[in-house]
Amino acid sequence: MTELSTIFNIGLLQNTLRTATPVVLCALGCLMTDHVGMTNIGVEGMMLIGAFSAVMGSWVCGSWWMGLVFAIAIGLLLGLFYGVFVIKFKSDEFIIGVALNTFAMGLTTFLLRTLTGQSGTFHAPEGNLSTLPRLSAEWLNSIPILGDLLNNNTLLVYVSWVLVLVCWLLIYHTPLGFWLRASGEHPQSLRSAGRSPEKMQYLASLLCGMLSTLAGAHLALGYLSTFSENMSNSRGYIAFACVIFGRANPPKVFLAALLFGFIDALGMRLQSVGISSALTSIFPYLGTVLMMVLVVWRTERRKKKLAQ
Amino acid sequence: MASETIVSFRNVSMQFPGVLANHDVSLDIHKGEVFALVGENGAGKSTLMNILYGMNTPTSGEVIIKGQKMTHFSPSEAIERGVGMVHQHFMLVPSFTVAQNIVLGREPKHRGLFYDFRKAKAITDSLVEEYGLTVDPADKVADISVGLQQRVEILKTLHRGADILILDEPTAVLTPQETDELFSVIRRIVKEKQMTIIIITHKLYEVMAISDRVGVMRGGKLVSVENTADVNERILASMMVGRDVLLGQLDRNDPMVTDNEPAIEITDLHVTDNRGLPAVRGLSLTLHRGEILGIAGIEGNGQSELIEAVAGMRSFRKGDVIINGKSIAGMNAGQVRALGVAHVPEDRLTTGVSAPADVTDNLIVGKEKLPRFSLLKTHMKKRAMRQYAKEISEKFDIRGAGIDTAVGSLSGGNMQKVVVAREFSFDTPVLIISQPTRGVDIGAMEAIHQLIMDKRNAGCAILLVSADLDELYRLSDRLVTIYEGRITGEFTPDSIAKTEISFYMTGGRKEADA
Repeated sequence: MTELSTIFNIGLLQNTLRTATPVVLCALGCLMTDHVGMTNIGVEGMMLIGAFSAVMGSWVCGSWWMGLVFAIAIGLLLGLFYGVFVIKFKSDEFIIGVALNTFAMGLTTFLLRTLTGQSGTFHAPEGNLSTLPRLSAEWLNSIPILGDLLNNNTLLVYVSWVLVLVCWLLIYHTPLGFWLRASGEHPQSLRSAGRSPEKMQYLASLLCGMLSTLAGAHLALGYLSTFSENMSNSRGYIAFACVIFGRANPPKVFLAALLFGFIDALGMRLQSVGISSALTSIFPYLGTVLMMVLVVWRTERRKKKLAQ
Repeated sequence: MASETIVSFRNVSMQFPGVLANHDVSLDIHKGEVFALVGENGAGKSTLMNILYGMNTPTSGEVIIKGQKMTHFSPSEAIERGVGMVHQHFMLVPSFTVAQNIVLGREPKHRGLFYDFRKAKAITDSLVEEYGLTVDPADKVADISVGLQQRVEILKTLHRGADILILDEPTAVLTPQETDELFSVIRRIVKEKQMTIIIITHKLYEVMAISDRVGVMRGGKLVSVENTADVNERILASMMVGRDVLLGQLDRNDPMVTDNEPAIEITDLHVTDNRGLPAVRGLSLTLHRGEILGIAGIEGNGQSELIEAVAGMRSFRKGDVIINGKSIAGMNAGQVRALGVAHVPEDRLTTGVSAPADVTDNLIVGKEKLPRFSLLKTHMKKRAMRQYAKEISEKFDIRGAGIDTAVGSLSGGNMQKVVVAREFSFDTPVLIISQPTRGVDIGAMEAIHQLIMDKRNAGCAILLVSADLDELYRLSDRLVTIYEGRITGEFTPDSIAKTEISFYMTGGRKEADA
């Protein structure tokens, strides 16, 4: 009994939110490109670079919000880079994505060593980095469970929730969203309506870059306040899987990311009761595989239904 | 009749890399007329209309729309001037509803930001009422028929304020009934709304049925503009090709047949499509040597899947196909071919040729292991291959830039001749032919028809699928109609009129009034 309560408690849910947030942000970016018909697996690298630039911004300027500004600015540049290659030069989106990921890995490692002289994990020499503020509302504390859950999260957790709603409204309830989707599904029809599908694709890749680096910023300045090499650790790919699982619909993708966060948090909890970390660390990936099996199963079932 | 000029082309030329698509074209279109533009494939009709719609910028010359000289303009500027175009391939987003497609690009908003779905529906409803083109605004475009999609496309251009409507081969995808409906819509909007319609087509009887004037294009030049009342189909056809081809008689002889064994016997065949849905549902037919069996149907009624199943490219779940006495159940395309089958597939670009490979390689495929072309089936004998390719190119009259050209750069007609040449030179007793002349000019069509007829006369069994009723009537010894994967009737071409056969192509039921 005591063991169960050390696993399943309020901390598990808190951890779920923490681990899910970078995936949520990154997935929101990734689903933008998905809607305009670009398969962007480069979000992994974008997230890593985002984490690095947020830490550098915060370290150099001494404030977390400069870290965010850095991350967002770099994110827009990365989005532009991706867009120019895929849209303008019509390069293969997978190759650009993979290139971005390997490049991100090498670049962040290299810059960490040359700029700070440290390797592996970055420790701010002057003491602690300025990290994202945590928000709380007094009145929420009176509500059990919900109060613990909703209070004391970092700024970006709340921002990510708002963004889920904003993205959903944007995609399904504004003309711009319809143009985004039209440019992915049938670009010629948008062009013949006198609107440019390329512009929509650029917009999506800029948003994708921005949201992915924001995810990285949360990763680095949210709870850890450090940067370590390869700290994105395939979360970008998991975000990608969440987009497919949630069919690029923001609320559904959000739920998929929460599910992933839960599995990840559960893995960490299980470590604390003595289950090997080698085993628990495969949890998120196992979860991803199961999600994909579910996706295939679901589409097959739909086909059968249609056939009847 | 009004004769005020609304659109005028002045000495328009359009040079594409390696092709002069329009050469010094001058043409006036009058307000309130139906103008038909005819010509073979590659004659430059679509290019000229794309220029009017702002999709192509002419190399020289000018376009004047409603008195205003237009240079370097985009489709959105053309739309502003009232020019609308219904493309051959619809510009519709399948997952959007009818209303959402109609207002695409100029969506109504509320609170300055959000999509106003209710207003979009209201706009559609009022368009439907104004023009009498009935559609349901809430239907998803993916779920409605091609004929209805075309209506949506027309309504969309009307919503954009078009009073000059360009229709690019509008009837290519329609059933005869749908064509009639479209024509009555055209007549009505011309009469009631003073619309100007330009219709691109290569079906000459449609020109006679609908147009006031007709322009004939050949080789990028506008060779003639006539009042439709002053010409007939035969005159137009000879203008299009520069020689008399229409109504040419094919040599149909008694075929040399030595046995009466069926060449293909299909019993209770069930085949599913790519989505796993049933496409062919219990179809049976028999084909003998020395005859052409034509399959008539609206596209998407299982004929593609049927052909693929018979050619061994698609497995079937129930029933059997027996070719030359052997069941092909479980066989792949290569094994089926080994039974003596050649196959001209419906889509030459995806399954008929390898577009980047040259003419020689495309003609050799399937024969590459013959000792004539390879040493020990491994080393290709280039000289023998080229020699063979030259012979075949001459025999089948494949024109273009020679046997070293990439097939992808040939015109549709010549590309199709490459496919036909390769398949026919296998000299198999059974031929499966799908859409042999789709998008091919009249000259190539004539040649391909004669080649098919020669094969029949030589005793081949030929299964022919075509979306072109004229073609089926011209070639077939027997005709069957297919609807939703089942045979709905069997006829001889001279026993049933084209207008009547479409009744069976739509399931033998009268279409509900839409």
